[in-house]
Amino acid sequence: MKALWRAAMLVAALMVGVAEARTVRWAASGDPNTMDPHSQNVGTVTMVLQQIYDALISRNPQLGLEPGLATAWRQEEPTRWRFTLRPNVRFHEGEAFTSDDVVFSITRALQPTSNFGIFVDTIDRAVAVDPLTVDIITKAPDPILPNKLASVFMMSRSWSERNNAARPQNTRQREEMFTVRNTNGTGAFRLQSREPDVRTVLARNPDWWGWQVPANNGNVTEIIFRPIASDATRVAALLSNEIDFVIDPPLQDLARLRNAQGLRVLEGPEVRTIFLAMDVARDELLYSDVRGRNPLRDIRVRRALYHAIDIQAIHRTIMRNQSVVTGTLFPEQVQGYSREEDVRLPYDQARARALLTEAGYPNGFEITLDCSNNRYINDEQICQAIVAMWARVGIRARLNAMPLGPFFAKIQRDDTSLYMLGWGVPTLDALYSFQSLLATRNGAQGDGIWNYGRYSNPQMDALIQRMKTETGEARNATIREALRLYREDVPHIPLHHQMIPWAVRGNITIPHMANNQPYFRWAVVN
Amino acid sequence: MFSFIVSRILQALPVMFVVSLISFAMFAYVGDPVAIMLGQDFTEAQREALVRDLGLDQPFFVQFATFLGNAVQGEFGLSYRLSRPVAELIAERAPATLELALTAAFIALMIGVPMGVYTGLYRNSWLSRFFLTFSLVGVSLPTFLIGILLILTFSVWLGWLPSFGRGDVTRLGWWSSGFFTWSGIKALILPAITLGLFQLTLIMRLVRSEMMEVLRTDYIKFARARGLSNRAINFGHALKNTLVPVITIAGLQLGGIIAFAIVTETVFQWPGMGLLFIQSVGAADIPVMAAYLMLIALVFVTINLIVDLLYYAVDPRLRVGRGKGH
Amino acid sequence: MKAFFDSDLWWSFTRSPVTVISAIVAFICIAGAVLAPVLAPHNPFDLASLQLMDAFKPPAWSSEGDATYPLGTDDQGRDMLSAIMYGARVSLLVGFAAVIFSTLVGVTVGLLAGYLGGKVDALLMRIADIQLTFPSILVALLIDGVVRAVLPRETHSEVALFVVIFAIGISNWPQFARTVRGSTLVERNKEYVQAARVIGLSPLRIMRSHVLPNVMSPVLVIATLNLGFAILAEATLSFLGVGVPPTQPSLGTLIRIGNDFLFSGEWWITIFPGVALIVMVLSVNLLGDWLRDALNPRLR
Repeated sequence: MKALWRAAMLVAALMVGVAEARTVRWAASGDPNTMDPHSQNVGTVTMVLQQIYDALISRNPQLGLEPGLATAWRQEEPTRWRFTLRPNVRFHEGEAFTSDDVVFSITRALQPTSNFGIFVDTIDRAVAVDPLTVDIITKAPDPILPNKLASVFMMSRSWSERNNAARPQNTRQREEMFTVRNTNGTGAFRLQSREPDVRTVLARNPDWWGWQVPANNGNVTEIIFRPIASDATRVAALLSNEIDFVIDPPLQDLARLRNAQGLRVLEGPEVRTIFLAMDVARDELLYSDVRGRNPLRDIRVRRALYHAIDIQAIHRTIMRNQSVVTGTLFPEQVQGYSREEDVRLPYDQARARALLTEAGYPNGFEITLDCSNNRYINDEQICQAIVAMWARVGIRARLNAMPLGPFFAKIQRDDTSLYMLGWGVPTLDALYSFQSLLATRNGAQGDGIWNYGRYSNPQMDALIQRMKTETGEARNATIREALRLYREDVPHIPLHHQMIPWAVRGNITIPHMANNQPYFRWAVVN
Repeated sequence: MFSFIVSRILQALPVMFVVSLISFAMFAYVGDPVAIMLGQDFTEAQREALVRDLGLDQPFFVQFATFLGNAVQGEFGLSYRLSRPVAELIAERAPATLELALTAAFIALMIGVPMGVYTGLYRNSWLSRFFLTFSLVGVSLPTFLIGILLILTFSVWLGWLPSFGRGDVTRLGWWSSGFFTWSGIKALILPAITLGLFQLTLIMRLVRSEMMEVLRTDYIKFARARGLSNRAINFGHALKNTLVPVITIAGLQLGGIIAFAIVTETVFQWPGMGLLFIQSVGAADIPVMAAYLMLIALVFVTINLIVDLLYYAVDPRLRVGRGKGH
Repeated sequence: MKAFFDSDLWWSFTRSPVTVISAIVAFICIAGAVLAPVLAPHNPFDLASLQLMDAFKPPAWSSEGDATYPLGTDDQGRDMLSAIMYGARVSLLVGFAAVIFSTLVGVTVGLLAGYLGGKVDALLMRIADIQLTFPSILVALLIDGVVRAVLPRETHSEVALFVVIFAIGISNWPQFARTVRGSTLVERNKEYVQAARVIGLSPLRIMRSHVLPNVMSPVLVIATLNLGFAILAEATLSFLGVGVPPTQPSLGTLIRIGNDFLFSGEWWITIFPGVALIVMVLSVNLLGDWLRDALNPRLR
């Protein structure tokens, strides 16, 4: 009788389970290339892993900081932060989460094989005070440490060591690393199965600590992620009801998706700025017909290139209004943004021609523009249009559009005079952009590592150094001054901030996020 | 016969060597895996360490020799992109491509040969004209456009068939098959048609033209004069004699099918080797690309060998000719 | 001239209305392509003339159309009609050049291998095997890679067209060679060839005047399909990102671009280049079909 009763309960439980199965079938063009949380700092990886792993600090739908695995944090001394950990948190495989795991995870992220250096670069060490208290000692005062730690996922020390994964995956190893395909987080979902490039299935973790928090109202029980590289196929799959959610629908199909029955398009900005960077260092340009000098070192030429771009035309046609035209380095979500400094040089072909003549190039010159063709929204089309616009003021630009692999390889060899780049700001703080893009490249960690135009201005470097330690209003003033200098020196031609429409089926609600990351903890299926 | 096979296999070895040299040499120049693997943030020291780790600072021939030595043992190292053993990745993807290619070839042969025979025999019937026109339209459309049009029609408008992927697969040991589930079969239909259409038309036209030639030959006229039935003439003599070129082309096209699977797999997001290859090209994943090319080379050399043997078996005159030499 | 109009060829031509129509269509296509610089309303390769604000204009006959752009404009503001005419030029050039190239190479190799046999045969066919081992797409990727590695980057867009022709042409010759070799092996053992050898004709002469005419039928079938195929291969290469530079689009590039607008409502960007390509390839294929039947006396 007892057995029968139990069986009946089981059946009832199963039926409830079936009734409540709420699956979201989700697609994007790219697939995460690893499940290791400290190996690849790439959006496609993070977008899956942040469902599985938690950081000490979480973000809310507005990207503000919220308690995560840490319930409180305080800067005890200029170089010492204290984090109080959430009690009774367990990893998916049952291990209790303690301060030892935090020390382990931060140490792991500091390893040379980690790609997350920029988030922990100021950390000297982490020290466990007691099982639920951790101190993080920084090399120098770091006012934005919490912003950075919101991007560092916490792993279990015992699980990692048991599986020989105490360091982030290293390609030298002949053997596949355990963490490439296996996860053990504390997060809202657990990894159920994974076939790279085919499908990744996540199941709800009913024991997640966060379900106690009212804001986490998601009811999704299963997420099936499928990468579909072809734009047309991805849209077709959405229209034919094989997919519920596409995070990167092509812009030209938005009108149709908006009108399609049972689909909705969520619109919003991304914290990513597209700009052109110019070689301002070389004595002679590469891939140009100008011999013996570098026209781009002349600010009049840089301004001329800027004036010649009809950004509104790009915004209206190529971007179909899905962009925020800008004259500055980062969008307003980033700490330090200043509206007064967000002003473009106006579109003015006559002025561009005049500046070129003044600089000694009345007949223009030849140059090559390097572009990716599968990294940013409509990147190749934007570059094509710009090349045509420059042609009208006499600049004979040749377009060299490449897939992201060869493109990044080329610009990282400094084998470029002019290139388009899109820069995202995961810390939501100005320093991240200034330090990587505009600091003089000097070999120090993080300084100028993406500054392939090799812009170098001691004044800018001094401002960046101040940003690293200052706080409050003084720091904001420093950033504003740096933005003013950025406008004055024209090392880049800013174009726009990307908008990132998402397309979802009508019965699903999910907050649109400016970091282009879906958070299924807030997704509701009706 | 035995010495023929042995000599053919010996001839295949330098082919494989040259292919591996070319494939490795070429992809040593495309893209830079270091840039891709490092992502957005890295230091110069990290970069140099990675270059050393990958052995990319070694001279070209040292890299190649290492690669070749490992390749012979089926060891292609870890994929730069997915950090998993290449051999394992390819073994995982091979069933998808092979099932797709074989289905496409099967469709092409099963429909193409009868259509060719029919159009060869009844040159002026309206059905023949329809088949010919259809075949011309078929070869006048690029593969990716056919795929997209099929998706548009059967997935989006009619909603009958899935637009991408492989559906549910059944595991048979290491082989994963889509033949045993309804969704797997449904998912196979559109890609297989897309891939097979060009081969179908090619085979049909080839069979037709050969049929027409053979029917003009003296021995067919002779057979007719002897009063053999049409059926016996058409199938017993004519069709049999058209088989030599059909076998050649069909055999050679099987390799072409596997290569064109790259396009079809890209359009349908079919998780096979072609898709793996294209994604690897995008990421400059040299180990995967090199292994894929060598595998294709191996497949092709094998197909060539089989075609030669069939040739040998089907046309006895070749045996005499080969014996004489020049 | 009179001899031509009296010939069997002309007679069979006039008897087939489909052939006449396809000949006219093919002529229009070729003329439109060749004379594009004179006939086309705009020059889509002149970047300075492009107006981005004119992008996505529908064809002239629709309500939002603009008479300056008869078939509408694409995503960069290029006139579709002009782009198609210039594009067809590139496509036809690639197609003809590639097929001529692969026919010359393939037939020569096939004849030599089949007729001479022995070591020459083995060597040539092994080379063909190496070549065939890399299907056309891979060959093109390979050649593109080598060219990129060897030549300085500035010259890439200038040589891109020749690279594509070479890549497509070189990837198809083994098909000719194998077929010609197969037929030659059969022909070689026939009495008339042996007789010719006995009376002391040179091998070159035997190949040219006795073997060659008898193996031309399958070569014509393959060449026919290959002209269309070469044009389509160029489109496929563009689809995979290897091909002519995007600032000078071929018909294939236009189709690839149009592919992105399949669902967007800008149907003219998708439809017209595809239709142009199909019409062109179809008419060429029909002509080739007829030519094969007409040239082969045994089929009449």
